[in-house]
Amino acid sequence: MRILSAIALGAASLLSGAAGAETIRIDVIDRQVVPPPILSNLIAAPDDLGLAGAALGLADIRTTGGFMGDDYQLTQTRVAPEAPFLAAMQALLAEGARLLVVKAPAEDLLALADLPEAADAVIFNIAVDHDALRGADCRANLLHTTPSLAMRADALAQFALKKRWTTIALLEGPNPEDAAFAEAIRRAAVKFGLTIAGARAWAFDADMRRVASEEIPAFTQDLPDHDLLFVADERGDFGRYIPYNSWVPRPVAGSEGIMALGFSGVVENWGAAQLQGRFRDLAGREMRATDFAAWAALASIGEVVTRTRDADPAAMRAFLLSDRFRLSGFLGTPLSFRDWDGQLRQPVPLVTDRAVVMTAPLEGFLHEFSELDTLGQDRPDTACTQFGENG
Amino acid sequence: MIRHLAPAPAIATAIALTLSWAALPARADQIWVSNELDDTLSVIDVATLEVIATYPTGQRPRGIIFNSDYTRLYICASDSNAVQVMDPATGQILHDLPSGADPEQFVLSPDDRMLWIANEDDALTTVVDTETRGVVAQIAVGIEPEGMGMSPDGRLQVTTSETTNMAHWIDTETHQIVANSLVDARPRHVEFTPDGTEMWVSSEIGGTVTVFDVASRAELAKIAFSLPGIRPERLQPVGMKFSPDASKIFVALGPSDHVAVIDTASREVIDYILVGRRVWHMALSPDGTQMFTTNGVSGDVTIFDVATHRTIRTVKVGRYPWGAAARPAPAD
Repeated sequence: MRILSAIALGAASLLSGAAGAETIRIDVIDRQVVPPPILSNLIAAPDDLGLAGAALGLADIRTTGGFMGDDYQLTQTRVAPEAPFLAAMQALLAEGARLLVVKAPAEDLLALADLPEAADAVIFNIAVDHDALRGADCRANLLHTTPSLAMRADALAQFALKKRWTTIALLEGPNPEDAAFAEAIRRAAVKFGLTIAGARAWAFDADMRRVASEEIPAFTQDLPDHDLLFVADERGDFGRYIPYNSWVPRPVAGSEGIMALGFSGVVENWGAAQLQGRFRDLAGREMRATDFAAWAALASIGEVVTRTRDADPAAMRAFLLSDRFRLSGFLGTPLSFRDWDGQLRQPVPLVTDRAVVMTAPLEGFLHEFSELDTLGQDRPDTACTQFGENG
Repeated sequence: MIRHLAPAPAIATAIALTLSWAALPARADQIWVSNELDDTLSVIDVATLEVIATYPTGQRPRGIIFNSDYTRLYICASDSNAVQVMDPATGQILHDLPSGADPEQFVLSPDDRMLWIANEDDALTTVVDTETRGVVAQIAVGIEPEGMGMSPDGRLQVTTSETTNMAHWIDTETHQIVANSLVDARPRHVEFTPDGTEMWVSSEIGGTVTVFDVASRAELAKIAFSLPGIRPERLQPVGMKFSPDASKIFVALGPSDHVAVIDTASREVIDYILVGRRVWHMALSPDGTQMFTTNGVSGDVTIFDVATHRTIRTVKVGRYPWGAAARPAPAD
């Protein structure tokens, strides 16, 4: 079967008459970081996180391109933790790279976006969920295909409200990303009318694999009564030891238990099973949110080129932000970009390790224009002023 | 990838036969429905609107189609990577055809000989000779091919690919793609008008139906949908079916739980019919008066009157009913 398909593919590309077409360059950039220490040794992020999603996106848009006479080339750049990031980016931009799909921390993303030679580039942030990047620190040339923290927190708040588990307690880890997630949950609680009955800061340095069953009941014992226990532990450090060890039996949400993620290996409806199958064949593992964000960036580029026959970055950005752009993203509803902050308007699956519990926005959360905008920063609330032409 | 094709055939078939023989006294018209998550087919008696038989199939049955004299039923057993051939008189699986990986939908050539199968996972259209049981050709198409249509004269096959968003026009003689037409996002289904002059394509995520002129392959119209109280993203066209006189086409709108009725000539949406949850595909009763819809999420089939659009009954079938096909009363 595989041999047959290869022969047939050759025939198809001959037919499409792709000769003479310009190759469209896309860059995927992985700014490597030294992973922080966590309590469990079991789970490490895959080495090709994000890159594998981009590779699948390339394969998908290349197939379409084969019929349209478009070709794409994906240039992969990995910048080691100790290597200077900006110098590497300047070299790529000097080569003509203008469509950049980037997995890098927020400060690197901003430094890249602020390079004069990147002013006319389109940069896709596939990994950082900071709200500031969609708010006060937004950049006109920076789009986001991964959901923001506010979107994730709002998705969980909608879930809590839907279940009428409206009194919540919060366990907050010691890291900046934990504080940011906890803050997003506090804002979502206000937005959706949940009560935060109590909060505790995680302050243990014992090895929880040995003593979780003793420490965590005591740690959670004096929390006020609550329906749902939120855990802000974005590195996956202590959160995994909370379920089944808490003083009172309560479901866990946030960084553990039920999680609001851009994507996960358990998403299967809306044709996602096919996407997952293609991804597993390619990467030998399950698709994660960062992979999906990279796939969505490539798929967005391909969609614009297919519809407009134009790969110019400025034209592409304009089309991406227009209401003519509709991406089929295996989440049951068309995806598009918010023209006030560059965030991909996307449903957020609420998942456990084994299943999708629900997909936000949940039924009944209404919006004047798009129910997807009940998640995250809406147009009237945005602190972003870089997309000014759209008000 | 070695999987068993029919689960415990001897026992399962024995049970099914008992069920069907016990319940098949009247020889009425039937609607057959594939239950995607139960690995079964349900047979509905059109006269009584009751399920009269349930037959086991391979894994994840989706598209189903009868040959022209209704002596064979072809079943896309997607997760068994096979097209199964069933004797509808007994419910017995006779043999498998080499379908390529993950067959989802297919069409049968007017001469009953060639099955054109969409291989969703491999971006291929596979042509299988039902007599020699061999693969005649494989044609590379876009990502996730699904919608399969054939012109009434059998000269043109159209495959739509869900992620490439195209209708691929294939010459059935040469097995070559002769043209590619871009449509809105996630095309799912193709119907030719009975006179062969127009080709209709539904786009699930685009939320539209595109009408093409077959001779020129030019786009004639694009039809959108709107229903008060239902958010537009939920109006997702999937299966389509013409009325017997082709004056109307019915369009299943997926998670909006409605079927739209379009006037074929004016291309105006004239009605919306409330059916079960997540409606996929439809089959017309052999007398042409009733439409049967498969409702994936609610696990049932809604029957409505083709002339008045009134719903008549809802019949519980298996889990995730998907495909549907009609079989007239067996003659004997």
